[in-house]
Parts: sequence; C-alpha cells; structure tokens
Amino acid sequence: MSGKKLAIIATKGSLDWAYPPFILASTAAALGYEVEIFCTFYGLQLLRKKMDLKVTSLGNPGMPMPIPMPVLMQALPGMQSMMTLMMKQKMKSKGVASLEELRELCIEAEVRLVACQMTVDLFDFNTSDFIDGVEYGGAATFFEFAGESDITLFV
Amino acid sequence: MADFDQELDASGLNCPLPILRAKKALSALSEGQVLHIIATDPGAVKDFEAFAKQTGNELVESHEEGGKFHFLMKKH
Repeated sequence: MSGKKLAIIATKGSLDWAYPPFILASTAAALGYEVEIFCTFYGLQLLRKKMDLKVTSLGNPGMPMPIPMPVLMQALPGMQSMMTLMMKQKMKSKGVASLEELRELCIEAEVRLVACQMTVDLFDFNTSDFIDGVEYGGAATFFEFAGESDITLFV
Repeated sequence: MADFDQELDASGLNCPLPILRAKKALSALSEGQVLHIIATDPGAVKDFEAFAKQTGNELVESHEEGGKFHFLMKKH
C-alpha cells in the first residue's frame, strides 16, 4: 500500500502513557505503514505478558480529578490503585480499547516490538516475562529502522 | 442509502477501534464490495475520510442519522 514506515520510541510505563504508542502503531499499521516500537526504560512495561499498568495523579497536576484533593492525600496508600480502577472503568464506559486489546491488534498487524537490551539488563528484567515475538537490540538497531522511516516519534 | 455487502456496527467504540475494525472487515471483502460502517464516535467522520485517502479505498457516503454516523466504504 503506502509503503511508509513509522518508528516509535516508547519510554513510559504508566497506564495512560501506554496508549499513544499502541494507538498510533495499530492505526498506522491499518493505514499500510510498516511499524516498529522500540521500548526502552519504563516503556519495557508495554512488553510484559501481564501489563498491569497504573495511573497516578502524583507529579501530574493536569490529571482531571473527580473531587479536588490535596497532593499529600493523593499519596495515601491505596490511592493509586483506586485511581487506576476509576480510570479503567471510565475508559470502558467510553468505549476506549483496553491496552491488551490494542497490543493484540498491533501484534496481529505485524508491528515489530523491540526491547532495549541495555535497559532490560539495567532493570534485571527476565525476558520470559515478556510476550513472545519481542526482538532485542540497542540504539543502532533502532536507527536501522528509524533511518528509513517517514515518521519517528518519541513517547 | 446505497447498497452494501457487509455491515460493521462500531457503535460505542472509541478511537482507534472503528478504524481498526473497519480495516479488518475490509480485508475480508473483495475489490469493489462495499462495507457499511455504523459509529457513534464523532471523530470517526474525519478519521474515515483520512483512512480512505491514505488506503485508496473509496468513501462513497458519509452521513449522520439518528445520532449515529454511517459510512459506505468501497474496497479498492
């Protein structure tokens, strides 16, 4: 089809920030792009068999809150789990796909998922925790694909 | 509305699901066949235009009816 290429670097491992790479990758693939997501640092969470990602309002004053709440209260035990639960419910009610579904669609569309070997080692990640089909490589591996890509995004 | 060969109800689904589901449904059709997509996501209106432009499929019709968006996409 278009023969275009999209390269994405995914660096974040929270529930909300896991969306942009998967949404853009799956949509680009549907438009005929060849896509690679290079996951580094916390973006490696996107490759775990069980993602179990969380959302937090801490350090994120832009997150809309159902009720105004002092920051110290937002740091109380259980708050992060509660916010994650509320966010997931809200997403479901608005017909937003789950991350698992989007990732599955990416895999179906043959989006290449690359794990940054250096950060895998740095965080002592066990590669058996990652989904099948993940490739491992470094910065040079990224540029091999990014160098001939039409679009390159850092998320 | 014109004839179609298959219908896809993407009501209640949000971006990018209507596009992804449509892409999947289209790949099961043969050239010249028409897919009728129903969606409630207002963003789908511009998205299906963009999808057609980029994939070469033809957006034959796009209209709103009873709070829902209807699209006819002809497979290229």
